[in-house]
Amino acid sequence: MLDGMRKTLSVLFWLAVASLGAVAIAVVALRRGEPINALWLVAAAACCYALGYRFYSRFIAVKVLALDGRRATPAERLENGRDFLVTNKWVVFGHHFAAIAGPGPLVGPVLAVQFGYLPGTLWILAGAVFAGCVQDFVILVFSVRRDGKSLTEMAKEETGRVGGFVAYVAVIAILVILLGVCALIVVNALKSSPWGTFTIAMTIPIAFLMGIYLRRIRPGKVMEVSVLGFILVLLAIFGGQWASQTPSVARIFSLSAPALAVLIIVYGFAASALPVWLLLAPRDYLSTFVKLGTIALLAIGIVVLHPTLHMPALTRFIDGSGPVFAGKIFPFAFITIACGAISGFHSLISSGTTPKLIARETETRMVGYGAMMAESAVAVMAVIAACVLQPGVYFAINSPAGIVGQAPEAAAATISGWGFPLAAADMQALAHAVGEQTLFNRTGGAPAFAVGMANIFSHTLGGQALMAIWYHFAIMFEALFILTVLDAGTRVARFMIQDALAHVYKPLGRTSWYPSILATSALVVAAWGYFLWQGVKDPLGGINSLWPLFGIANQLLATVALCVATTVIIKMHKTRYAAITLLPLVWLVTVTFTASWHKIFDSNARIGFLAQARSLELGPSTAATARLVFNNRLDAAVTAILVVLVSLVLFESLLTWIGVLRGNRDARVKESPFVMTRLAAEDGI
Amino acid sequence: MNRFRRAMKIFLCVLREIFDESSYARFLKLRNLPSSPSAYAAYWREREAVHARKPRCC
Repeated sequence: MLDGMRKTLSVLFWLAVASLGAVAIAVVALRRGEPINALWLVAAAACCYALGYRFYSRFIAVKVLALDGRRATPAERLENGRDFLVTNKWVVFGHHFAAIAGPGPLVGPVLAVQFGYLPGTLWILAGAVFAGCVQDFVILVFSVRRDGKSLTEMAKEETGRVGGFVAYVAVIAILVILLGVCALIVVNALKSSPWGTFTIAMTIPIAFLMGIYLRRIRPGKVMEVSVLGFILVLLAIFGGQWASQTPSVARIFSLSAPALAVLIIVYGFAASALPVWLLLAPRDYLSTFVKLGTIALLAIGIVVLHPTLHMPALTRFIDGSGPVFAGKIFPFAFITIACGAISGFHSLISSGTTPKLIARETETRMVGYGAMMAESAVAVMAVIAACVLQPGVYFAINSPAGIVGQAPEAAAATISGWGFPLAAADMQALAHAVGEQTLFNRTGGAPAFAVGMANIFSHTLGGQALMAIWYHFAIMFEALFILTVLDAGTRVARFMIQDALAHVYKPLGRTSWYPSILATSALVVAAWGYFLWQGVKDPLGGINSLWPLFGIANQLLATVALCVATTVIIKMHKTRYAAITLLPLVWLVTVTFTASWHKIFDSNARIGFLAQARSLELGPSTAATARLVFNNRLDAAVTAILVVLVSLVLFESLLTWIGVLRGNRDARVKESPFVMTRLAAEDGI
Repeated sequence: MNRFRRAMKIFLCVLREIFDESSYARFLKLRNLPSSPSAYAAYWREREAVHARKPRCC
C-alpha cells in the first residue's frame, strides 16, 4: 500500500518535472521578438538534466552496462595509497568535475551566441544528455573494468593498433591546438589592458610564494595557502587598478598582442621546465579554488538576479556570415561548443585519474554522467552571461577589426547596420566603467563573458561602482585557469613526447634528464607558440581560424572514444543497445567531417583555409602575405590529416563490428577478471 | 542538523582531496612520518610525475 503510494507520487513528480521542462523549452524555443528571462533557460536545463540522469543514465547503467556493485574496482583491488585508492563518491565527483571544468564551456558557448541563444542552448542540453554525459560515463566504466587503462590503451586493445596510434596523435594535436587557442584568448583579453596584465603577472609571484610556503613554512596545508593566495590575488586586482591609473606603471603593463604572445611563450617554457611544486601545483590549486568559488557565485547570481536576455533567440548570422566566426549553424555551432555538450578531452580524464578512485562500479553513473551534467550547466551559465549583454555590445566586443573596422565610430556604424543599435560613446562609457581603454575587437569570448559576468555581479553585489572590479575579477578568473591549462597541457604533451622518444633513444624518455626536459619542452612550446603567433598576426583575429580547428580536433577525439565504446558494447553482445554510443558517433562524424570539408575547401575565404590562401595570393602583396598563405595551408593540412586518421579508426572499428557480428572475429572484451568486492561483503550485500 | 553536519563533512573531504591534503596525509600515514618540510619534499618527489601527467581539460 505504502509502496504503491510512493510509486504514484514518484510518477506524478516526474510528470511534473517533464511538464515544466517542456514548457521551459517551448518558451526558450518559440518566444520571438521579446526578451525572455534567464530563469527559463535555467528551468529547461534543470529539468533536462534531472530527466536525463534519472531515466537515461539509469537505463544505460542497468540495461547496457549492467553495473555490478559486487565487482571489486581497481581502487580496491590495486589499492596502493597513491593513485589507486577507494574514495568517497562525492569526493571523486568533485575531483572529476574539477579536472574536466576548464575554459571551454565558458568560451565556446559565448562565441556561439552570435547565432542567438537558441542554437547553443539546445545543443548544450541535447548534446550533454545524449552524447557528452554518455561518453564520459561509458568510458569511465570501461576503464574501471580494465584496471584504469587509458583511452589510447583501450583503443589499441579493443579496436586495433590504428585506434591506439590515432588516439595518441589526436591527443597531441588537440593539446597543441588547444594550448595555442587558450594562449590567444589570454592575449586578446589582456592586450592594451594594464589592469588585467598587472593582475595576471602578479599571479606568478603569488604562485611561487604559495609553493615556497607549502614546501618550507606549512607543509601540505594547501587549503590554507589557497585562501592566502586568493586574498593576494584580490589585492592584485586592486593593485591593477592602481597600476592602470599610474601612467608610469600603466606604460609598462600596457602591452601589444605580439609582446604578450612572446611573454606567454616564455612563461609556458619556464612552467614546463620548472619543478612542479614551485609553479604548476600552486597555480593549479589557486585556479581550482577560484574556479569552483566563482562558478558557484555565478550560479547564485543568475538565480537571485534572474536577468533578462537581450540577445534574440536567432540572429541574422545563422546564414553563415557571422563576424565572430564564419559558417552556418550546421555544422559550426556544434564544433564551436564542445566542452559544454561533448568533449573528446573528457575521455582522457575518464580514463585517467578518476577510474582509479572509484569505490563501487555503480558510482560511475554519478561521477561520469553527473559531473558532465554539471559541466554542461556551466556552459548554460556562459550562454546567459553573454546574452545579458545588449547584442550590439556583444558584437562590438567579439568582432575583429578586420570585419567591423578599427575606428570606434566605424565599428559602431557597421554593427548598427546589422540591426543591433550601438553608439561608440556608449561603448566608450562601458569601457570606462570596467576600467579599460576600449572594449572593441576583444575577440576570443573571454572579455564578453567577463563583461556579462560583471554585469550580473554588479547588480547583486556592489552596484555599478564595483563594475570594474568585477570585470577584472572575471578576467583574472578566466586567465588564471587558462594559464593553468597551458602549464598542465604543456607538461602532459612533453611527457607524451618523451614516452614516444624513449623508443628511439632511451635517455630521452627520462623525465628527470634535463637535456630531454629542455628539448621536449621547447618542441611543445614551439608547436603551440606557432599557432598562437599565427592567431595574433591573423587580420581576422585568429579565433575565426583556430577555434574551429580546435573544435574539430576535440570532436574527432570524441569520435575515437565513441568508436572504442561502441566496439566494447558490441563485443559485450549488447548490440541492440549500441545506438546509445552509435547515434552520437554518427552525429559527430557528420558534424566534424562536414566542418572539416568546409574549413578546407569552402570557396568563401572567411571559411575555407585554401580559399583564404588563394585570396591572399591574389590580393595586394605585403611582407606578411607569404606567411599568412602558408599558415592557411598548414591549417588545411592539419585538418585533413586529423580527418584521415579518424577515418582509419572508423574503418578499423567498422571491420571489427562486422567481424564480431558475423562471428569470425574474437568477441571477447579485454576486461580484468571478476573479483568479489570486500566492500560489498562488509556492507552485507 | 545531522544531515547538514554530514554534508559539510563530505564537502570538506572533497576539498581536502581536490587540494591533495588527503593525499599528503595518506603518504605520512603509510610511512609513519610526521609532517615536515623534508616529508613534504619526499611526497612531491613521489608525486611529481603523477601530478604533472594529470591533464586539465579545456
